[in-house]
Amino acid sequence: MTGTHLGMPAFPPFPDAAREAVRDGVLRANLRHATHTIRGKRARAVAELADWERLRAAGKAVKDHTLRHLDRYLLQLEASVTAAGGTVHWAADADEANRIVTDLVLATGESEVVKVKSMATQETGLNEALEAAGIAAYETDLAELIVQLGHDRPSHILVPAIHRNRREIRDIFRSEMGGWGRPAPEDLGDDPRELAEAARLHLREKFLRAKVAVSGANFVVAETGTMVVLESEGNGRMCLTLPDTLISVVGIEKVVPTFRDLEVFLQTLPRSSTAERMNPYTTMWTGTHEGDGPSAFHLVLLDNGRTDTLADATGRQALRCIRCSACLNVCPVYERAGGHAYGSVYPGPIGAVLSPQLRGTAGAVDASLPYASTLCGACYEVCPVAIDIPEILLHLRERVVQGGPVTREGVRVRLRPAHGHTAERAAMRAARLLLDHPGALRAGERLLARARRLRPRRLPGPGRAWTDTRELPDIPAEPFRDWWLRERGNRP
Amino acid sequence: MSTRDRILSRIRRATAGAPDAPPVPRDYLRVHGSRTPAETADLLAANLTEYRATVHRTDEDGIARLLARLLAASRTVLVPPALPGHWLASATATRVHDDPASTPYDLDRVDSVVTGCALAIAETGTLVLDGGPDQGRRRITLVPDHHVCVVRVPDQVVDSVPQALERLDPTRPLTWISGPSATSDIELDRVEGVHGPRTLDVVLLGAQ
Repeated sequence: MTGTHLGMPAFPPFPDAAREAVRDGVLRANLRHATHTIRGKRARAVAELADWERLRAAGKAVKDHTLRHLDRYLLQLEASVTAAGGTVHWAADADEANRIVTDLVLATGESEVVKVKSMATQETGLNEALEAAGIAAYETDLAELIVQLGHDRPSHILVPAIHRNRREIRDIFRSEMGGWGRPAPEDLGDDPRELAEAARLHLREKFLRAKVAVSGANFVVAETGTMVVLESEGNGRMCLTLPDTLISVVGIEKVVPTFRDLEVFLQTLPRSSTAERMNPYTTMWTGTHEGDGPSAFHLVLLDNGRTDTLADATGRQALRCIRCSACLNVCPVYERAGGHAYGSVYPGPIGAVLSPQLRGTAGAVDASLPYASTLCGACYEVCPVAIDIPEILLHLRERVVQGGPVTREGVRVRLRPAHGHTAERAAMRAARLLLDHPGALRAGERLLARARRLRPRRLPGPGRAWTDTRELPDIPAEPFRDWWLRERGNRP
Repeated sequence: MSTRDRILSRIRRATAGAPDAPPVPRDYLRVHGSRTPAETADLLAANLTEYRATVHRTDEDGIARLLARLLAASRTVLVPPALPGHWLASATATRVHDDPASTPYDLDRVDSVVTGCALAIAETGTLVLDGGPDQGRRRITLVPDHHVCVVRVPDQVVDSVPQALERLDPTRPLTWISGPSATSDIELDRVEGVHGPRTLDVVLLGAQ
């Protein structure tokens, strides 16, 4: 067992990464522009549907029902995909998924694959695994291409190059495209139209000769074995229809029971993500189709921490996520810190609850993520499947501080309290003691009031970290309970 | 134990004792608003136009002339096996028939493609192709840079996504198209035409 990993090498915990990010003026400007534009448009697109709240409730219910009976629906899916001419593989973790895909590609005799943007393969670090086996993986989504050519990491679920502006993109295309294939034109400018055209020419070469493609999927239908991919550019259609072999890596939580269930998500996903009534292209395929599209289709069902997440009664609701990224665009913390600070392929509020569950909270990054929030609740308000992200954040904070029973790789274990929270636990124990003994509390309050002039600006000792980023509150001249007794105490 | 069995047993352990999920509430709307068939066609046209498709209206008498005009700049046009013959009667572009043996490179040299559709969704401005004989394989509407799609009005127009799914066969390869290819990946500026057809002409047939 190698454990769950999300394709990211060692990263600093969120507070350290965020401190760096908020100092970057260009990054903050790019992020602010993007998130504010998209959140305004989304609100208008959602307001068009009078039944939005009912669609949201239905989406939540479909997902909850599926998760409750996930074993049954996965078996049904396996049967329908197989009956339609596809082959189903099961992968417990990232390494197993990468090994399956690598072997399938090697078996075709090809040494390159085209990829349509997929969170699941980013999660498993598939590109690096393929590279190690001598296979070149080309990302074909424009934003993913920018990220790949820039030797960068995605910073948003939907628009992964959101942190780059047009001048940065032009520079990346000019210096890097030639190393991967058709170079960018010498005189490439920074107009988005020109940049998109350069990407079109560069990638068309790859699409036309590609024999193998790797994709994810937004939904897979248990009843029929139908796979569904939503996209905008057409790179998805290129990957899903031109090559001979198609390999789709899909998290086990993507299954929905019936074809009809898509009527909910095809209304809520585009409006929540790109703020459109419908995204430009949606492709649905069921196994293989005689004479149309790939002649070989492989579906790799990925666990990689999902069954562990399912075992947590509070945390499992994160598996309802349909990756729309609406929560990122409304989050005041994401807007300032950017996606890289989260040290995970899933950034923003959903990343803060999903990554520590998929990977466990043992690492410093994951122990810090439940704190990457102001708990303002905006993420819950916009979520089209009503994931109560603040509730999970609090639940995970408690887990980090207190420890407790969790499931890791299918085994129930007791988690020890995380390091670095000793002071917090001591403070909570002290608070409990005081609140249980009103006399002691009153004496303490009076003592504090008398000593208020001695209040330091920063706490000494273990409390110092807390006051690094906060003002210590003023101490009133008279405790509230004394004031109450004096002012109102003689009234009935 | 196989990985499959391991994952399934983990799921069973994880959900054991969990309360049964409540039934899915289906009280959301089947249609948003109430429209006459003519109004539905207008809404389809408006939504397609907003997503930068160009919408044309004609009837059986006018379609050959209209298609000839839309294909005036094309040297070659791809034709699915069962496209009605008279639609292209006046077009001068050379017909290319999709050959299963043809490569993507061959398709890349074709200027335009003309197809019918399975249905169109007014509320979202969406065309759905299902690989029927007047639409052909998925790749022919993907590689050429210009797609002309003919929608029979009112027969092929539905109001909403739920109505569309009800009429579609999930075992066929389905392509949903809402406007031409577009990206918003560079500073969220929308640019049409990255990989799919950059120009989408939609003909509403019978809506004179």
